[in-house]
Amino acid sequence: MKTIVLSLFNSNGDLPMTIDKEKISQIVEKIPAFPESVHRVLELTSSIDTPPKEIVAVIEHDPILTMRLLKTVNSPYFGLAREVTDIKQAVVYVGMNTVKNVAITVATAGALPQTSQAGLDINALWMHSMRVGVIAKLVAKRVGVGANDLASFFVAGLLHDIGKIVFGEYLVEDYKKVMAAAAAEPDVSTRVHEAQIMGIDHAELGALVAEKWKLPADLIQAIRVHHQLVEKPEAVDQPGIVALGGCFGNLAAHYLESQLKTEQGGAAETSDAAEAAEQGEPLTVLPDAVQAWVGGSMPDILAGIQGLTEEIDKAQTFMASGA
Amino acid sequence: MLITLRGVRGSIPVPGPNTVKYGGNTTCISVTTDEGDQIIIDGGTGIREYGMAQMAKLPLTCHIFLTHTHWDHIQGFPFYVPLFVPGNNIHFYGSFDPVYHKDLQTILSQQMEYCYFPVRESELKAKIHYHRVKEYQPITIGSATVTPILLNHPVLNHGYRIESHGKSFFFTGDYEPASNIYAEDDEEFEQYEDLIKEQNQGVVDFIRGVDVAVLDSQYTPEEYVSKVGWGHGTYRSAIALASDAEVGQVYFTHHDPMRTDAQLDEIFSKLQESVSLPSGLSMAMAREGVNIQL
Repeated sequence: MKTIVLSLFNSNGDLPMTIDKEKISQIVEKIPAFPESVHRVLELTSSIDTPPKEIVAVIEHDPILTMRLLKTVNSPYFGLAREVTDIKQAVVYVGMNTVKNVAITVATAGALPQTSQAGLDINALWMHSMRVGVIAKLVAKRVGVGANDLASFFVAGLLHDIGKIVFGEYLVEDYKKVMAAAAAEPDVSTRVHEAQIMGIDHAELGALVAEKWKLPADLIQAIRVHHQLVEKPEAVDQPGIVALGGCFGNLAAHYLESQLKTEQGGAAETSDAAEAAEQGEPLTVLPDAVQAWVGGSMPDILAGIQGLTEEIDKAQTFMASGA
Repeated sequence: MLITLRGVRGSIPVPGPNTVKYGGNTTCISVTTDEGDQIIIDGGTGIREYGMAQMAKLPLTCHIFLTHTHWDHIQGFPFYVPLFVPGNNIHFYGSFDPVYHKDLQTILSQQMEYCYFPVRESELKAKIHYHRVKEYQPITIGSATVTPILLNHPVLNHGYRIESHGKSFFFTGDYEPASNIYAEDDEEFEQYEDLIKEQNQGVVDFIRGVDVAVLDSQYTPEEYVSKVGWGHGTYRSAIALASDAEVGQVYFTHHDPMRTDAQLDEIFSKLQESVSLPSGLSMAMAREGVNIQL
């Protein structure tokens, strides 16, 4: 497999992207804005010192987030005797800590599309993305990244495959061809099919979407290079730590998913994991830059991460409670 | 009804020579109606000894109301012997965790999972029933009516008002009266103050006229300055609430684990010197083993 992929790389080390720039620009324009409030909520709530009024302000400035949070607080699960009609009232009534925790759940789960027209298994993709986000965040914490900066790792993981979702939403017919080609030639990376059929791969498209959403540069890079770091690391110019964390998260998540496949004897949760498992690739190999940053081998790092299963369970709850 | 304070300590049990007078067990209060209906509020470590006493008369039907699921209010359950005895009927009442979608049974079972305890919840021999409480919805237990109210704490916390034969009792669970998250010169300050007033009035009205109120008063006002948002009240906030609500007697509970008997005595002396209570209101430090007959 590796031989086939490398032969398609052009001299810049990328897959040739032949897509019409105009066409891509039109697609990206159609995509609704990623709520900046999600990133802000995750950022602010990661620090115990954040003044409550700042969290309240971020929620209040996003009417969709406000609506989702109030809907949750007014649900039978809370068993409240009175209806809550605004965020300040919610804080006084159910307390800041509960509002904060509900905001995290609601913001993350509600941020992005939950269905796909192209037959993409979007639940599996979100589950995988959650895993990548959680692992990236926890490995960054282990390396010593400050609490205030961990949100970026989580969001980078969450969004690393956003390009696939965009394909599935906006380039439905072409993406169906990609999925059919991938099924027919499972020994070839899906990215190759994407580049051949659509003229662009999901990593590059995801990065363009992130640019449209004005996400931070290190997040954009993380999305852009999450495969390149593995397949052609020398082509990646100065990978930032969010890119390294996201890459580790993705590799580790695929490894864990292939373990799940082995244990359950069933289909792997994502096509990438299936491909890699079939190709017999050693899934635990890390690119040098990633290994140097995380400071150990993948199995060692995974074993050393505290609370991984619990965090992934929490992420599953986020998925289930998405309004 | 007979109310007995069986655990009045917050956070973690603190046995030892310095806590003999007020006790080191975490929160537990038993309430027995004149007809013998048995109610317990919270399962801190104080529930262990009470459970042993309850074993004198089997089979047992007991109703356990949880204010909230912080560990110091549930940590006694794995050692509550009546749960292990076939023929007993134990009813748990509490709230659902709306953030992580865990029901009461899941939350209580988790502290009895393999890595924490040698007996699983599913292996307990008593008949166990779990009920979800809803704010202001009363629950009848024999001659008693138990009504929950949501009170501010980092996790959903219900205070309970219990009435029986014209007598009434109230316990906050853990409760920190709301404080303004805005500074006085922020434009939102006034609006938030109004919300706080409305919220506080609701609490005052709910407990108006109770004979006895046991209120979370972990901190002195000086200590509270660095503990805002930690979820607990002060002696002053407890007195203010009891005064406004025309309560008969107020007990200060959820003693800080660092507080020695001598320190609690001193705090109480100072309160007696500095506070003038409205007539009709008396105050006391909650102490393990205190019986209150209403």
